[in-house]
Amino acid sequence: MLTSESLKRIDREIAKYPVDQKQSAVMAALAIAQEQQGWLSSEAIEAVANYLGMAPVAAYEVATFYNMYDLKPVGKYKVSVCTNLPCMLSGGVDAGEYLQKKLGIGYNETTADGLVTLKESECMGACGDAPVMIVNNRRMCSWMNPEQIDKLLAELK
Amino acid sequence: MAILGALNPMLSVGLDGDKAWRLADYVKRGGYSALRRVLEQKMPQGEVINEVKKSVLRGRGGAGFPTGLKWSFMPRSFPGDKYVVCNSDEGEPGTFKDRDILRYNPHSVIEGMAIAGYAMGAARGYNYIHGEVWELYERFEEALDEARAAGFIGSDLLGSGFSFDLFAHHGYGAYICGEETALLESIEGKKGQPRFKPPFPASFGLYGKPTTINNTETFASIPYIMNMGGEAYLEAGKPNNGGTKLFSVSGHVNRPGNYEIPLGTPFATLLEMAGGMRGGRKLKACIPGGSSAPVVPAATMMNATMDYDGISKAGSMLGSGAVIVMDETTCMVKALERLSFFYYEESCGQCTPCREGTSWLYKVVHRIENGQGRPGDLDLLESVTTNIMGRTICALGDAASMPVQSFIKHYRDEFAYHIEHKKCLVPVDVQRAGSGFFTATV
Amino acid sequence: MEIEIDGKIAQVPDGSTIMDAAQQVGAYIPHFCYHKKLSIAANCRMCLVQVEKAPKPLPACATPVTNGMKVFTHSELAVKAQKGVMEFLLINHPLDCPICDQGGECQLQDLAVGYGGSASRFQEDKRVVFHKDVGPLISMQEMARCIHCTRCVRFGQEIAGVMELGMANRNMHSEITTFVGRSVDSELSGNMIDLCPVGALTSRPFRYSARSWELSRRRSISPHDSIGANLTVQVKNNVVMRVLPRDNEDVNECWISDKERFSYEALNSPARLGRPMIRVDGALREVDWNVALDYVSHALKDIVSNSGAASLAALASPQSTLEELYLLQKLMHGLGSGNVDFRPRRRDFSADGKLGGVPWLGLQLSEIKNLDAVLVVGSFLRKDHPLFAQRLRQLAKKSGKVSLLSSSGDDSLINLHAQLTVSPADLPLALAAVVKAAAQLKNEAVPAGLDSIDPCATSQAIARSLLDGEKRAVFLGNAAEQHPQAAQLHVLAVELARLTGATCGFIGEAANSVGGHLAKALPTALNAYEMFAQPRKAYILLGVEPELDCYDPQQAVAALKGAALVVMLTPFGDGAAQDYADVLLPITPFTETSGSFVNTEGRIQSFTGVVRPLGDARPGWKVLRVLGNLLALAGFDQNSSEQVRDEIVPAGTTFVAGLDNRVSDVPLSLMVTAGELQRIADVPIYFADPLARRASALQKTRDAVAPTARMNAATLARLAVTDGVPVRLRQGNGEAVLTARADETVPAGCVRVAAAHVTTAALGEMFGAINVERA
Repeated sequence: MLTSESLKRIDREIAKYPVDQKQSAVMAALAIAQEQQGWLSSEAIEAVANYLGMAPVAAYEVATFYNMYDLKPVGKYKVSVCTNLPCMLSGGVDAGEYLQKKLGIGYNETTADGLVTLKESECMGACGDAPVMIVNNRRMCSWMNPEQIDKLLAELK
Repeated sequence: MAILGALNPMLSVGLDGDKAWRLADYVKRGGYSALRRVLEQKMPQGEVINEVKKSVLRGRGGAGFPTGLKWSFMPRSFPGDKYVVCNSDEGEPGTFKDRDILRYNPHSVIEGMAIAGYAMGAARGYNYIHGEVWELYERFEEALDEARAAGFIGSDLLGSGFSFDLFAHHGYGAYICGEETALLESIEGKKGQPRFKPPFPASFGLYGKPTTINNTETFASIPYIMNMGGEAYLEAGKPNNGGTKLFSVSGHVNRPGNYEIPLGTPFATLLEMAGGMRGGRKLKACIPGGSSAPVVPAATMMNATMDYDGISKAGSMLGSGAVIVMDETTCMVKALERLSFFYYEESCGQCTPCREGTSWLYKVVHRIENGQGRPGDLDLLESVTTNIMGRTICALGDAASMPVQSFIKHYRDEFAYHIEHKKCLVPVDVQRAGSGFFTATV
Repeated sequence: MEIEIDGKIAQVPDGSTIMDAAQQVGAYIPHFCYHKKLSIAANCRMCLVQVEKAPKPLPACATPVTNGMKVFTHSELAVKAQKGVMEFLLINHPLDCPICDQGGECQLQDLAVGYGGSASRFQEDKRVVFHKDVGPLISMQEMARCIHCTRCVRFGQEIAGVMELGMANRNMHSEITTFVGRSVDSELSGNMIDLCPVGALTSRPFRYSARSWELSRRRSISPHDSIGANLTVQVKNNVVMRVLPRDNEDVNECWISDKERFSYEALNSPARLGRPMIRVDGALREVDWNVALDYVSHALKDIVSNSGAASLAALASPQSTLEELYLLQKLMHGLGSGNVDFRPRRRDFSADGKLGGVPWLGLQLSEIKNLDAVLVVGSFLRKDHPLFAQRLRQLAKKSGKVSLLSSSGDDSLINLHAQLTVSPADLPLALAAVVKAAAQLKNEAVPAGLDSIDPCATSQAIARSLLDGEKRAVFLGNAAEQHPQAAQLHVLAVELARLTGATCGFIGEAANSVGGHLAKALPTALNAYEMFAQPRKAYILLGVEPELDCYDPQQAVAALKGAALVVMLTPFGDGAAQDYADVLLPITPFTETSGSFVNTEGRIQSFTGVVRPLGDARPGWKVLRVLGNLLALAGFDQNSSEQVRDEIVPAGTTFVAGLDNRVSDVPLSLMVTAGELQRIADVPIYFADPLARRASALQKTRDAVAPTARMNAATLARLAVTDGVPVRLRQGNGEAVLTARADETVPAGCVRVAAAHVTTAALGEMFGAINVERA
């Protein structure tokens, strides 16, 4: 289930914690599993749980509590748009609507070609850069006006 | 964009260029000299804590608890493991100061944590970094590698016999993990559900061991305090409000961003530093301390000073120093609706009043915003907030309630208009223009 | 510390909570998430109370008492907070108590009467929560009723030792669930139903079959394992509808195992025998009691006069009542036969007659929590003794060092100090190694016969743990008692206890494992094994099903089939009895008779019937008494089971006398492992007794799946079979075809094949040699 590359990365995370506290690495391990698979299947959650010696349902609790984990398949690119108040005041809601129009999908939907999934998101801690978006949980995009959004969409192939 | 402006800067000194975050750059700016001195002089632990006490540094995460006092709660003679934990899970809407510290000055955090570890006899630390700022989590890991290679963290620091290792732990999308005990649960590999206190982390913290948790900015301030002396640091601010502080200014201003100013600086000055109001429009309201702080109407705000006491006098809280500026194009119902959604969404689900109450609040505000308001809704909202406040394990319930109470208190007419007329006092196109989405350029 | 609650003063120890103190002064504080046996969650917030000088109401369950604290549980501030919480609990809770299975016994319903409003201010849509299928025992069909107290989650983590339920998601969408579609498999799972304060987790077999106010509650005692759990049996229209634990802190605390909770389904099963039957022309026919008893007494008399009393044998189940066991042995001795026993799974009887007294646990159950170290020898701990294992789990969590030496690598869900898993043949050697290590650590002479043994590091660790601390214990489990060298294990355990200062004891297999000794249901001639090895003319079987309950079912069934007369006193008329029984006498199970069980700590617990006997079934003691009368034997004139009991133990006894685990004159003679493949037989939890076998919901659990042939990879390879292929198992003249399964917990050279199951009933000895080949 988990590739040796993923396991190697998970081992690095485990090493950060006291030897009897492997469970501490579960958030990182789930993130790694999600990176490997594109989303988090129950098989992946169970594999992580078994690897860390914790109950599968305990790993499932974690996977469902933190909202950057995707328990359903998403497009190749997941674009999360912050619409919280500071972003909203600077166009976060408008940016989301603009994206929806451009992509022809609503929030929590994926384009027919499977390329982009759109998510509405909570505060990313970058309100000074509003409107803010994150691509695939990794890349933060700042000051997303129409022109910047167009540029981003052109990049997402 | 770096830290945009500063009056009497410390944290933000010399923070330009792409390499400011590198170890070499930090050392050039005098970095790690405080840690080196503490270790070389074998400074007694109590003396370090005293210096922090003298600075009257108050926790920069939002609660403003005196840092030196917090450190002194740690059982220094406790023989087992102890932990120092940094809270970089910055997710309170409006707050983005720690992001800049991690981006431009990560080594100040590392140095501050190492000094804290020394002062409290903790050999291990974790920095919990907001999952959404992934690039900075990776950067922090790199900074840790640099520091480890240079002997500033790891075993036997600079030959002192003192060992302190530090690791980064990332969040993955849960605001509540900014609450310190939820953060500990999260490091332990669980859901971020806050713990009932007592016991406090100083006696039962990470893995059940004595633990001290401070905010990123708090730790980042430590090297400066040790270098300049606690008293000198205190001088930089007003009495009881020591030092400079980073303020994150967002919303309807021309230059949103972080500004380092001495505590006690007038709000008007800060607003001016942030380029004034966008489009020259009028200030309507301001949330001066992050989204959980009560909203303050323009007139009061313009006379307030940016320090713990000053903002308290204005009827709000300095909190994390997040200043959300709203101009006259803002619909206060819509603004509250979005905040209420946030607290409902981010409630951990543990305590009954918060789990049930935050969703109830949101549903009612949502109705009002969408023209489904009913007479009595405002009284209902106020009553629900009273039933939430002070009845939960952590402060999220209070945080969800305070905006509701303050928005209704100061803008009751606007809410009543929504209920009566099923629409907003501020026309939708005016609201839309306020965001500047289709006109702004960078 | 002194605390004042609602004006009442209480002295409480340091570390007490307001809730503890309130319970002491008898002040009731409403609560949902708090439970005395679980960790404090403080999440429901129902127990908010006013504390002097505190600006906010505080949760009584989590707030530590400080000296001089003044608490008001019903002040305006407290009640306002409590009512506020109640409103929140109810906004998303379905308000349809009349159609809820929990209605009438629901904590939320009860408290809503006192703290709820008369109308709801909540005008929004209620939360929808999807149902979950978590197996045959717990119903989670109504999860919208859940109030998120997490008692069930904490029970799994803390008491059952396995987290099967969790609370997924967050905010108002939090929901209790298993890991995607899994069932709840813990042998203690039913307790979560009791813990659930609302109608979210309910009993699946009981669901919608009765309303709580229609049920009468009657006290009883569990007839299953040796703990003697106290039960409340709930009855409607003379039918047992539900079984619940009855609090007894010293015995079962507030728990029972699923076997105890759900076996009642067998009481109402169609397999129940309603009328006596006699085999006529090869077929069993229903007859009246007087015909059947007449037939039996004449047949017995004929056999005694024609073939001698020694051609009679009687075997009883250790789950029979004390009174039944007593009258059975009395009957046999009255007829002149010493061939009577109540230990059908025993193989080694060499300690018989050499015991210091009645074997027992060696201490009281309530003392377990104070032990510093424990060694359990030969046990499938968790499945053999769910509640005993639970006590050890709590002990290990605290600071006690619990070690396990057995032939089972099953996860005990106990944080073990050390674990040694060896083949059955090596079990005595492994225990001997611990004995030797203890002797060496104490610089005492190594007992004779152990010279060649070289204790491994684990044996030494176990020995060391038993030498530390104040109180320690060595317990012999079911497999140790069933072991072909049981007496050797007994001697070694006694020696280990002597060396280390630990107590030595037997966990005990069944409800009356101690009682059978007191009733003297013991052989003076042929024992439970010999009576089949040397076939008799006639057998009386009391509550026992030899094809499932005997150490060597193959041998037992052969002897029964060859016998002239097999009389079975049994509640059930189905199964193999149809093949070999000549007379079936319907006796009543524990719910329809009075009687006594003596649990493993020697606690005698008498009970009365909770429902009338089904059909013509009669209490076993009465049937035996009448038989005694018909046979004109002396001493069969008791008018009540109490009179029978009082002949065995003095009236008013709580703990029986004569308990002693010493053994003398059994020389140590350790045998070296033979090279052949050995069988390891567990007795699966839901096949362990006639009631569990016929409990339909239990039979649908994962613990009731059909046995497989489990071997480690090396053994599989040696036999040239692979996981999943059918294999033919042979012992003596019998064989069984099962699926081979790879299982690394099985010791080398062994194949684990469960006993007590129809698919393995043709096989022989539980721990004997076995032949395995590809089928």
